[in-house]
Amino acid sequence: MKTTRREFIKISGMTAAGAAIAGTVLGQVQKATTAGNESAEDEHEWTRTPTYCEICFWKCAGWVYKNKEGQIKKIIGNVNDHHARGKLCPRGTGGIGSYYDEDRLKKPLIRKVNEEGKQEFVEVEWDEAIDFIAKKMKGIKKKYGPEHMALFIHGAPGKHFEHLFAAFGNENHAEPAYAQCAGPREAGFFATYGVGVGSPEPADMQNSKCIIFIGNHIGENMHNSFVQEVSLAIDNGAKIIVADPRLSTIAAKATHWLPIKPATDMALLLAWMHVLIYDNLYDKEYIDRYAFGFDQLKDHVKNFTPEWASGITTLDPELIRKSAYEMAAAAPAAVIHPGRHTTWYGDDTQRLRAIAIINALLGAWGRRGGMYIGVRKKVPKFPTIKYPHPHWSWKDITKDKYKNAAVGITNVLLDASLPDYPKEHQIKGWFIAGTSFINSIPDRKKIFKAMENQELIVVVDTMPMEMTGYADVVLPETTYLERYDYARDGKNRVAQVAFRMPATEPLYDSKPAWWIARKLGMKLGLNNYFPWRDMEEVLDWQFKQIGSSLEEMKQIGVKTVDSGEDIYLREGEDFEFNTNTGKIELYSTDFAEKGYNPLPTYTKHEEAPPGYYYFVYGRAPMHTFGRTQNNPNLNDLMDTNTVWINPKTAKLWGIENGTEIWLQNQDGIISEFSTKARVTERIRPDSVYLVHGFGHNRNLLKKAFGKGINDVPLITNIKVDPIMGGTGMRNNFVTFLLEKPILKEEVES
Amino acid sequence: MRYAMAMDTRKCVGCGDCVVACQTENDVPIGYCRDWIVEAVQGTYPDTVQMHFKSERCNHCDNTPCVRTCPTGASHVIEGGIVKVTPNECIGCGACIVSCPYNARFVHPEGYIDKCTFCDHRVALGQDTACVAVCPTDALIFGDLDDAKSPVSIALKNNEWYVLAPEAGTKPQLYFLK
Repeated sequence: MKTTRREFIKISGMTAAGAAIAGTVLGQVQKATTAGNESAEDEHEWTRTPTYCEICFWKCAGWVYKNKEGQIKKIIGNVNDHHARGKLCPRGTGGIGSYYDEDRLKKPLIRKVNEEGKQEFVEVEWDEAIDFIAKKMKGIKKKYGPEHMALFIHGAPGKHFEHLFAAFGNENHAEPAYAQCAGPREAGFFATYGVGVGSPEPADMQNSKCIIFIGNHIGENMHNSFVQEVSLAIDNGAKIIVADPRLSTIAAKATHWLPIKPATDMALLLAWMHVLIYDNLYDKEYIDRYAFGFDQLKDHVKNFTPEWASGITTLDPELIRKSAYEMAAAAPAAVIHPGRHTTWYGDDTQRLRAIAIINALLGAWGRRGGMYIGVRKKVPKFPTIKYPHPHWSWKDITKDKYKNAAVGITNVLLDASLPDYPKEHQIKGWFIAGTSFINSIPDRKKIFKAMENQELIVVVDTMPMEMTGYADVVLPETTYLERYDYARDGKNRVAQVAFRMPATEPLYDSKPAWWIARKLGMKLGLNNYFPWRDMEEVLDWQFKQIGSSLEEMKQIGVKTVDSGEDIYLREGEDFEFNTNTGKIELYSTDFAEKGYNPLPTYTKHEEAPPGYYYFVYGRAPMHTFGRTQNNPNLNDLMDTNTVWINPKTAKLWGIENGTEIWLQNQDGIISEFSTKARVTERIRPDSVYLVHGFGHNRNLLKKAFGKGINDVPLITNIKVDPIMGGTGMRNNFVTFLLEKPILKEEVES
Repeated sequence: MRYAMAMDTRKCVGCGDCVVACQTENDVPIGYCRDWIVEAVQGTYPDTVQMHFKSERCNHCDNTPCVRTCPTGASHVIEGGIVKVTPNECIGCGACIVSCPYNARFVHPEGYIDKCTFCDHRVALGQDTACVAVCPTDALIFGDLDDAKSPVSIALKNNEWYVLAPEAGTKPQLYFLK
């Protein structure tokens, strides 16, 4: 069993029962959609319950409307919420589709070997699934210790399992949201300002006179209140500067589009610093008062002229100079947005340092129209006994290598899951919730090898994502519309707490994450960590600590708590930053101590080999990661991706708009599926662009299966950031195949 | 009273929220839509290339070929100039589809012709249409042209605008702000 135990189960035993239930729901959907226009009278009888959205990480608060029959009819943004401002994005509006999706996971599944020796998933009851997991976890604990597991999570369900694992004696939690996404900007800003960026990023765009985006394609990454702020900025006549190899949606609205050569952003940033400093455009008073290391920085950027950067970036030096003047004229109401997915080339923390430094030169941090200082009201944790102290954790296998990793690093835990990793810190079991691991983390070869070494893989999800095909146990979670979760209480301009409750009974035999964590906790004998009956009890206690209650939150959905704190620095205020020097560190003393470059420098990255093109990936506004392609509403908006190719390049290959193509990367990896070429002037001739999240190869995702090309398997050249451990994924190049390639059978086991 | 809609191409990001909001508000079956997004690209890389999005739908014209060609009277104009179709009077002949220069009509799977209603059921309650209410960038603006203080009147007064297929002589009431 061992060698083939990770056989990817495409078609499972979850047929009979599943299909029957699906039929019922489909019936409901059809009834709902053929009812014709609901009249206004009918709508008066609708009821609404509060939620905050889980289709992406922006977590906008909204109201779920149900008709008399209890059917969910629509979801509308909460007007009091600072994330939503009364509106949801297409994904939030289409969140209804995540509930009605007939391909949802419906019953707990356990991988078993049938009479013919073939592996299949067998539907089981929750008790059996939980017993199975508990037995395996106890086994791992006894054999190796509770530390020898890893928890990979994303989103609201993660918190419930973090609690469970901490109670179990394990701190090996990691999210792709850090090491495959926003980690570099957190590390870069922390080194500069002593505080990270957080979410939503505190860029005060609605008050900005100049907003600068470095490859950040806002509008295509549909971060709701941000897109709304950019719209307000356009009304205000703000200048927008965009550096991107593609005429992105925001680039098309920009005052200046800088069609930069991929992987050369650092040269542009250094040239901007040069102009700001040597043309005396920076905020002298602000730098004198708050910053450390200006002289070192000035000396450092002496030779980084726009002319120098032009040779690297292919940008017109006058455009570089002009855009620097533009931002300086607007300062301090100017901001380079920190971005979000920033794991690009492996020197990403340094690039984000450069962005942080320019924001300081503009005097933007803590200033209106620059970056505000976010405030929050933290909802206290429900009291339980202290967690056991694990003998080791992710820190012990990470911090000596990636000194500024702030949280668990997925790829480090992945390395620790390999059979040749030192036994004392080897991971032997995975618990995954809310993230389709193999489509979130690059280097599939390694993932397959690591999976073979696991004695248990549990996947909790709402959908039969690819990762569930490799699990030993699959647990069907309810969608966010059917469950309670912990409140949203992150930073914003005003402290707000947002609440989610079930709008309806769960469909199928799905369960909320809190229920699963508690049930498993009890089975593991961790009763003392779950001294409550249900989430209502937990939330009511929590809300009472902040002057509200479960009852009140059910009525209002979002509670605003005036913290009385300023979100901007006061004129001439003495402010101590949480850095070694108490100042904004233009020169990072922390990096100098740790042997990292204290000032950001330009590193030449790999260039496209002849016949290959820079492989740029990104987002579409109607999809989140690879999670929403099967959502019927969102699939209807966009059901596949296309390969963007400049007409000049297309002509060389004889490719026309709509030509079917496959992609092959520099290491010979060929895309599993084909898609259509989109020949467009909106991209550089040396680059191709693909929206991430498509090309699903699990046929249980009926609408998404085989549609488009998946970028993740094509990302095989990975450059790890030496400072925080993030995986730089934009050092890959692709070429075109115009005929159906002969593909190897399923990737090695 | 004359309802009209303006669409600010400077602010639209082409997200499609108007499309989903319309589908959920009006129970438009999946696979069909009453409004849609058009991406308009002009020029060449790198110096002259430009792009903007348009959110399109029925133009609720003043001069309505769809109503004139309708053999049963199913297509009709209601108060405020909103063009509507009465499903049980519609025989699905498709004459209106052919006559519409905006391709705004489609055959509903139940056999009748369907299209945007300017959410008259919401407008009657003093609400914006579903697409306008949801638009994250406020790129969609709705109101009464006979009221000089309505958002749409103000938007048309303060901005340059154009309409689609003016040569068709339909006097469309969907305005695109430049």
